[in-house]
Amino acid sequence: MKEDKSSLPIETKETVSDAGSVKPKFAKTEKTPVEPFDPEALIEVQHLTKSFGELTVLDDISEKIRQGEKIAVIGPSGSGKSTFLRCLNMLEDPTDGYVFFEGNNLCDLRVDINIQRRRMGMVFQQFNLFNNMNVLKNITLAPVHIGLHELRKTRRKNFFIKLGNLFRGKEKKEPLIPVTADAKQIRKDAEENAMRLLERIGLADKAGVYPSTLSGGQRQRIAIVRALAMNPKVMLFDEPTSALDPEMVGEVLELIKELADEGMTMVIVTHEMGFAREVATRVMFMDGGKIVEQGPPSEIFGAPKNERLKEFLSKVL
Amino acid sequence: MQVMWDAFYDQFITKGGYKNVLEGLRNTLIIAILGLVIGIIIGTLVACVQVAGKRNKVVRVFAAVGDVYTAVFRGTPIIVQLLIFHFIIFAGADIDGLIEAVLVFGLNSGAYVSEIMRGGILSVDIGQTEAGRTLGLSYATTMLRIVFPQAIKNVVPTLGNELIALTKDTSVAGYVATMDLTRAFRLIATANYEFIIPYLMLALVYFVIILIMTIVVRFVERRMRKSERR
Repeated sequence: MKEDKSSLPIETKETVSDAGSVKPKFAKTEKTPVEPFDPEALIEVQHLTKSFGELTVLDDISEKIRQGEKIAVIGPSGSGKSTFLRCLNMLEDPTDGYVFFEGNNLCDLRVDINIQRRRMGMVFQQFNLFNNMNVLKNITLAPVHIGLHELRKTRRKNFFIKLGNLFRGKEKKEPLIPVTADAKQIRKDAEENAMRLLERIGLADKAGVYPSTLSGGQRQRIAIVRALAMNPKVMLFDEPTSALDPEMVGEVLELIKELADEGMTMVIVTHEMGFAREVATRVMFMDGGKIVEQGPPSEIFGAPKNERLKEFLSKVL
Repeated sequence: MQVMWDAFYDQFITKGGYKNVLEGLRNTLIIAILGLVIGIIIGTLVACVQVAGKRNKVVRVFAAVGDVYTAVFRGTPIIVQLLIFHFIIFAGADIDGLIEAVLVFGLNSGAYVSEIMRGGILSVDIGQTEAGRTLGLSYATTMLRIVFPQAIKNVVPTLGNELIALTKDTSVAGYVATMDLTRAFRLIATANYEFIIPYLMLALVYFVIILIMTIVVRFVERRMRKSERR
């Protein structure tokens, strides 16, 4: 009992000093107010700020991304490109500001982020294929799992509707939610879709193979297809070709370009300036956590205004 | 020499010492293997809670409980734990000594396995979790379907090590009311104070058991690795 008493004041002291040192945490509660969401934008970013401790990586970024836009984000390393992309689907929690996707505030804890993420595909620099599953399983895992999850949910709801109907009057009976596919059908559909996607990238023969036996280019293309299997509204590419051997960059860029031509909205963080110029409808140049200059590729690459951008382009082009 | 063998033969066969030895062998294996199974279950739960602890305040409380559990069971000798369980916690209850031993060894190895599992989970690249989450899978699903299978593969050699350590630790299970290998041989040895043969024999039996375990663990490990290289 004695020990308890002696340890108490120390603890309270600690919490006090703790609260004093972590000031930004309080800033989080006094967030900038939400501005009305622009219904024309697919993704809207408002005053997005992200800091890791003392270091501010993103500094008050506000931006709108419309349906069908292909945005290339370029900039020197450490400029916050990747963090910006990762904030778009909440892989990093913003310190301040909001991200809206189809009108849903992703920073709001009441919004189920897992449901929103289904419509935002993401492709990583390191591919991140699931090592413990073969290629087909990699692609079908999420669609099948989510399909089955939804199926179980509707069945549960139907059960309660039935239960409720027992007590309702004859004319007041609620209709059941229709169940379109059973578990078998969901699996079959997902597999067919996966095979169709694999055939498209010419890797249908690799369906049963584990990722460790594939080349980097093949892995990255499968990672893209895996994201596509969820029918995303937007694709986020985080330096998709940076970890590839030079000879494999082409095949991956080719696939991304095809997607762009089909009208997929995408945000690409890249160091491939030629590719950005060719595919993007808008190029953003980031430096020091801000979008310093942006515009159509012809302007950004042809007639850069900002000094930092000029310097950057002279180094990379 | 002949005298020693005669004395051992007398105790082992004629006086029925082999029955004790067989029972002890059975109990030793039961305690070690069931103990490890319980340890893996407890350890995995504790490790999960500790890995997830940063994310959620409720989970953080469980993580603290896990910390205390690990500290207590790693911080006291297993004999002491056995004695406490036998003479204090289960003092009034009429529980079979074997069950007691399995429980204590399970709890004890759970503390070690939780650290092993935590290391295993942390050894899986964070990118795997991120990939799962960006596809819209929940944290729990990502852990269960993606991170866990890979963590277990990384952890098999260390778990094999734990199984071996546990098997040898069971030699103190005879302190509570159960028969184990060590106790069986000790009874033979102390019956006529001929120590040399029974105790060397005892060492040999443990050695062979652990040799077999090592081979089995290697086999399992190789099988699991193979599945990735098809």
